[in-house]
Amino acid sequence: MDTNGADGLGLLGDPTRRTIFELLARHPCTVGELAQQLPITRSAVSQHLRVLKDGGLVVSQAQGTRRIYRLNPDGVTALRAYLDRVWAEALTAFAKAAQVAPLAPEQEDQ
Amino acid sequence: MTSTPTIPPLTGTITVDAPVERVFRTFTDGFGSWWPAEYHIGQADMATAILEPREGGRWYEQGTDGSECDWGRVLAWEPPHRLVVTWQINGHWQYDPDPAHASQIEVRFSADGPDQTTVELEHRHLERLVDGQALRDGITGGGGWGALLELLAKAATNQS
Repeated sequence: MDTNGADGLGLLGDPTRRTIFELLARHPCTVGELAQQLPITRSAVSQHLRVLKDGGLVVSQAQGTRRIYRLNPDGVTALRAYLDRVWAEALTAFAKAAQVAPLAPEQEDQ
Repeated sequence: MTSTPTIPPLTGTITVDAPVERVFRTFTDGFGSWWPAEYHIGQADMATAILEPREGGRWYEQGTDGSECDWGRVLAWEPPHRLVVTWQINGHWQYDPDPAHASQIEVRFSADGPDQTTVELEHRHLERLVDGQALRDGITGGGGWGALLELLAKAATNQS
C-alpha cells in the first residue's frame, strides 16, 4: 500500500537493523546492551528498534526500569522476512560456488 | 481472502552455469562450502554446516567449539534432480523436534543444457513453525498481521 519500505524486506534491508534483528534473535536485549555491541549511539539504536517494532518484527516489555526487546514470538512475520533475505543471499553464494567448484576427484565414474 | 491460516511459501530461482550433477553435489555434499556462515542458529560461531546425503539424514551446523545444532532432516533424496529437507526452527530460534512443526524446503535442479542448470527453491509450511492458535488469531483477525503478510508475500514474489 505505502511505498516507504514498510514491509519486512525493507526493514531488514538496512544492515544495522539486520544486525540488531540478529542480535535479538540470539537473546532479548536492552537498548544499552545493543548499543555496546554496535558502533552507533543509543538513540540511533532506539530509532532502529522503533522501526522494527512498527513493522511487527520486534516487541518490547518493561522490566522494572529496563525495557527489554525481543523478536515477536507470536507469528512468523519476523521469521519469514528474515528467511527471505537468507535464501536470497544463500542462493547467490551457492550459484557462485557451483560455478567455480573444481571437478571433484570422484569424477572418474562411468 | 482465504480462511486457511497458511503463510505464502518463499520461492527463489537461480541459474547456474554448470552441469546438473555438479550443481546438485555442490548444494548437498558441499553445503558447508557456500552457506553464508553468518546465518546460523547455534550459540557458538558456525564452523560448517552439514547435509547428510541420504533420506533421513541430519541437516545441522557444527560450531567452532565442536558443538552441534540441528536444523532439520532430509525427507527426499533424489540426486541430481530433487531434494526435500525439513527446517524446524521455531519462533524462539530453537530447534523443535516435533515433525508436525517442521517447515519444508524443496529444491529442484533441472538441466537447461549440458552446462547450465536452473535451481528452484521453495520454503513452505512456514505456518507450522509457530503456535497454530496465535497465528490463526493474527491472520483471521485481519488488520496488521494479514496486511503485513500480504506485503511480504508480494515483496518476496517481486524479488525472485
